[in-house]
Amino acid sequence: MKYIDEYRDPNRVNTLIKEIQTTIRKPWVLMEICGGQTHAFLHHGLDMMLPNILELVHGPGCPVCVTPLEQIDRALAISILPDVIFTTYGDMLRVPGSSHDLFSVRASGGDVRIVYSPLEAITIAEANPLRQVVFFAIGFETTAPANAMAILQAKEKKLKNFSVIVSHVCVPPAMEAILGSKSNRVNAFLAAGNVCSVMGYHQYPAIAKKYKVPIIVTGFEPVDLLRGVLLAIQQLESGQSRVENAYQRSVTFDGNRLAQETIYSVFQPVDRKWRGIGSIPLSGWGLRTEFSAYDAETRFSVENITTKESSLCIAGQILQGLKKPTQCTAYNKQCTPQTPLGAPMVSAEGACAAYYHYHQGV
Amino acid sequence: MEYNEFDFDGYACSIPHQTKEKILLGHGSGGKLSHDLINNFFLPELKNAAPRNKDDAAIISLNGRRLALTTDSYVVSPLFFPGGDIGKLAVCGTVNDLSMVGATPIALTCGYIIEEGLPLEILKRVVHSIQETALEAKIYIAAGDTKVVQRGGVDKLFINTTGLGYISEGINISGSNAIPGDVIIISGTIGDHGIAILSVREGLGFETDLQSDVAPLNHLVKDMTSAGEIKVLRDPTRGGLGTSLVEITQQSNVTIEIYERDIPIMPQVRAACEMLGFDPLYIANEGKLVAFVAERDADKVLSIMRKHQYGQSAAIIGRVIEAGKPRIYLKTIIGGKRIVDMLPGELLPRIC
Repeated sequence: MKYIDEYRDPNRVNTLIKEIQTTIRKPWVLMEICGGQTHAFLHHGLDMMLPNILELVHGPGCPVCVTPLEQIDRALAISILPDVIFTTYGDMLRVPGSSHDLFSVRASGGDVRIVYSPLEAITIAEANPLRQVVFFAIGFETTAPANAMAILQAKEKKLKNFSVIVSHVCVPPAMEAILGSKSNRVNAFLAAGNVCSVMGYHQYPAIAKKYKVPIIVTGFEPVDLLRGVLLAIQQLESGQSRVENAYQRSVTFDGNRLAQETIYSVFQPVDRKWRGIGSIPLSGWGLRTEFSAYDAETRFSVENITTKESSLCIAGQILQGLKKPTQCTAYNKQCTPQTPLGAPMVSAEGACAAYYHYHQGV
Repeated sequence: MEYNEFDFDGYACSIPHQTKEKILLGHGSGGKLSHDLINNFFLPELKNAAPRNKDDAAIISLNGRRLALTTDSYVVSPLFFPGGDIGKLAVCGTVNDLSMVGATPIALTCGYIIEEGLPLEILKRVVHSIQETALEAKIYIAAGDTKVVQRGGVDKLFINTTGLGYISEGINISGSNAIPGDVIIISGTIGDHGIAILSVREGLGFETDLQSDVAPLNHLVKDMTSAGEIKVLRDPTRGGLGTSLVEITQQSNVTIEIYERDIPIMPQVRAACEMLGFDPLYIANEGKLVAFVAERDADKVLSIMRKHQYGQSAAIIGRVIEAGKPRIYLKTIIGGKRIVDMLPGELLPRIC
């Protein structure tokens, strides 16, 4: 398949692996930001081909994993209401709240529907004027433009029966939270190519300089990932800490201006809780005041639902790269994709789920 | 902004274990949840009444003859899809389950559960398709039943078929027969049915000329058994090739190795899977089989399969490497290695 096969070419992969092997001298810790990258590493078996002294740790870039328990409980409370059609991306159905998940809401008669785009939720709202349609707007900068566009369309169409639960998070504040942590082990980042396609990478040089870490904008195919790894190792071995773009076919320095303007017209930066991490200042997007009428949490009065997260699983340490999923005592015992203890085991993009599906004892 | 005081250690996400007290859609997905339902609910509840063999059809010995018996219900939506319809599916699915234990199909019963208001024209097209497919499979429709339920009681039309067959002398096919050295053959491209159905469901926003592969495989199986020693057969329907292979490795307690490069996949299926974030290994098939064949007979069986209309793209995709541990290793196209597990529940599209 064009644009896929050339980036999965075994010869190019082997050449890059050899280059990485001859370049690396010291043990380094690389963090790939995006859960999609984690899965690609494991899905293709790339992690097993890299030198042992290189350690890959898996970052917080899985939107399902970092959506706080509290927000899921609020979503569950709304989704079971009789006049509500609850729309969400498919992955969210499996994420457990305090006592149940959206799958069980659907089995109990709640009208929960999977959509591929928030604009489908708008179509559903137009077709069901007597019912309330709620969209669970989660995700990083990748899903934010489309979610913002849905809200703009709802306003333009004067839809009174459409609202959103906004749980958007942003990558750069999370990177800074990880680098600023006392226990940080990360030597370099593979930045998420999909996020950078939207936002560009103009926010990264300041981070690279402040924390002295190389940041490589990296794609998702084997050749993309290995190029990212190689550039990071080259910089680390020569004592540099710059931002480089290894995903030029998709990413520019400034990113997609139109998409960014759409985001900024609807959302503003807010403090946001991250599941497994805690509250990070200005790390998410909330609705601007002029769009507050579309806030589902206010509309259905669920803001008072608060949930405390206890400390049974080690997701927090996994999401900042301090531990591997296999170092968790619950991994593959009490905690499996069918009975997840923590969000990283739930999502298709979660680090624990990636290890469970692709790795068990290989 | 300063994060120097930020401390992660106090945070963790923990969720209590869930009690699944209701049936979820995932219990019908053919993956891990379905297996759990059978092993942890049906078999214990039914005690000795249920057979313990985990093949696609039960084998009953009667006066020295072996009969095969199987049943399946069909609830596909939409009723008509590219390459087939619920009627063709209802015949092929059950004929194929009989074929997967090496049985020659004899007779089929059809139970129709119909929603009131269904246009007779629709039913006529479905029944016509049943007749045509039964003719192709050379199976006799021996009995039938009709129930009509009020609107909303079912979604238009559900069909149950039960199939009876006999197993000829010398044939011994079961998921528990695989041994090291056996060669694994797939009869053609994987994922065609699942993606063809997805493409006509609402809201997915993609179009394709892809057809479902739904087909009766009994004649192909007959050719194969005459060409060599077939140890294991399975039609990878719900849950896909990945789940079928996991079942076989568990039944036979063997480790297998499969080669991503050699698994045939239509470009449309690959493209749809890339777009939707699905792994083709878990996409349903309705006209494919996976066979474990004695090493010495593999080439002969493969060439016979390729001569058959439903086996033209048959390919060797792997082999059994050792006994004692149920496990699947996948050699990836780029030369990496990973394991393959069962589909955990309902197949879900990814977020980004």
